[in-house]
Amino acid sequence: MIEIKNLYKDFGKKKVLKGIDLTINKGDKIAIIGPSGCGKSTLLRCINMLEKPTKGEVIFNGINLCDKDVELNKIRQKMGMVFQQFNLFSHLSVIDNITLAPIKLGLMSKSKAEKEALRLLKLIDLSDKKNEFPNNLSGGQKQRVAIVRSLILNPDIILFDEPTSALDPEMVKEVTEVMKKIADDGMTMVVVSHEMSFVKEFASRVLFMDDGNIIEQGSSNDIFKHPKSERLKEFLSKIGN
Amino acid sequence: MEWLFNIWEFFVSIWDNFYYSVIYDRRYEFILEGLFNTVIIALFAVILGIVIGVCVALVRNYHDKTNKLKILDKIAKLYVNIIRGTPVILQLMIIYYVIFKSVDINIVIVGILAFGINSGAYVSEIIRAGINSIDAGQMEAGYSLGFTYSKVMRYILMPQAIKNILPALGNEFITLLKETSVGAYIGIIELTKASDIIASRTYDYFFPLIIIALIYLVMTLGLSKLVNMMEVKLNNDRD
Repeated sequence: MIEIKNLYKDFGKKKVLKGIDLTINKGDKIAIIGPSGCGKSTLLRCINMLEKPTKGEVIFNGINLCDKDVELNKIRQKMGMVFQQFNLFSHLSVIDNITLAPIKLGLMSKSKAEKEALRLLKLIDLSDKKNEFPNNLSGGQKQRVAIVRSLILNPDIILFDEPTSALDPEMVKEVTEVMKKIADDGMTMVVVSHEMSFVKEFASRVLFMDDGNIIEQGSSNDIFKHPKSERLKEFLSKIGN
Repeated sequence: MEWLFNIWEFFVSIWDNFYYSVIYDRRYEFILEGLFNTVIIALFAVILGIVIGVCVALVRNYHDKTNKLKILDKIAKLYVNIIRGTPVILQLMIIYYVIFKSVDINIVIVGILAFGINSGAYVSEIIRAGINSIDAGQMEAGYSLGFTYSKVMRYILMPQAIKNILPALGNEFITLLKETSVGAYIGIIELTKASDIIASRTYDYFFPLIIIALIYLVMTLGLSKLVNMMEVKLNNDRD
C-alpha cells in the first residue's frame, strides 16, 4: 500500500531522516519505537506530507506523493492522522468535529454524516458527550474523539503520532483499547509510541529507529525478546524492558 | 436683586449662542450633513478596510505557510509598511491632490478610499496576528483530514481567530471613525468641518465644538458597546 524509498529529511543543517526504506502492506499494524529525537514522528509526518521530504519517494497506492502536481488533499482523505496533542477543533462540538470533514468535503450528506458520527461515538462510549465542546473533555476522551474523527472518512491507513504521550496514565488504556478495536477490524495502522506494553500486544511489526535510520525490525517477540543490535539492547535496558 | 438679573443675562447669552450656532439660518443642517458624511465615510471605509485587510492577511499567511505567491507577498508587505509609516493626512492629500488631481470625483468617495486603504493595512496586521495566535496543530489536523488551505482557513482557523481578533478590530474601527475628522483638511464636509463652518460665521466655537464632541462620543461608545455584545455572543456560542 505504501512504499517509502530512500527517504531523507533535513531541517536546515540537521539531518533527521537518513535514507529510510519501508514497505507498509494492507492490514499491517506497525509500531515505531526509539529514543526521542530519532526521527520517528518526522517519518510519520513525511508519510502524509505534513513534512515535505528533502529527498526520496513515498508511494501510496501507486502515486508518488513527492510529485509536485499530486493533489495532497485528496490523498489525505484516505490517510487519517491522530496527533499527540489531539488537535480537536476547539470552536466545534464533538459531533461537529467528527462531521466537519465528511460534510465540507462533500463526501456525505449532513444527515448521513451525523448518523455515522453517532454510530462511531457509541463505539467509543461517548454518545452522551456529542454536544460538548473539546475544552470540557478529558484528554482520553479528546483522543478517542480524534480517532473517530479520522475514522469517519473510512481511510486506508491511520497514522498515530504518540497518541498516548500527552495523557495522564489512567487514561492511556481507554485510548489503546479503542486502537486495538480498530486494529481488530482490519485497519492498517502505523503508531509511534512509547507505550511498550501496548506495542507488544498490538504490533504485527515493530521498527526500532535511532539517529534517522531504521536499525532493526521484526515481530514484537524478535524486537523485545531477541534484540540483535547493540543500540536496541541499550535502548531496551534503558526503558527497563 | 442685581445678581438674579446677572444670572438671567447669563442664560440668555448662552441661549443666544446656541441659537446663532445651531438654529439661526438652519445651521444645524451643516451638522446633519457632516454627521451623514462622517457615518458614510466611516462605514464604507470599514468595509473596504476589512476586504483589503483579509486579502492582504491571507496572501501573507499563505506565503508564510507554502512559500508561494512571493511577488504578491512583497507587494503586501510594501503596502503595509508605506501605510503604517506615513501620516494618514498625507495619504489623504496624495490621493486627492495627486492621484485624482485631474479627475472629477466626489470628495466623499476620496475619503472612503483613503481611509479604507489606510485601515486595510492595520486590519491586515490584526487578522494576521489573530491567525498566528491559533495553535499550528489546528491547521495540521485540518490538512490531515484532506482540507485544502482555503477550507482550513474558512472552516477551522478563521472562526477561531475572529474571537481573538474582535477587541483589536473594534479598537481599529473606533480609531477610524474619529480619524475621518482629518477629512476636513481637504474640504470634506464631515462633522469637524461642519463645526468649523458654523464657527467661522458666528466667531463662537463653544457650541459647534461641544456638540460634535458629544456626537463623536455617542457614536464611539455605541460602537464599543456593539463590539462588546459581539464578544459576549461569540464566547457564549463556544465552550
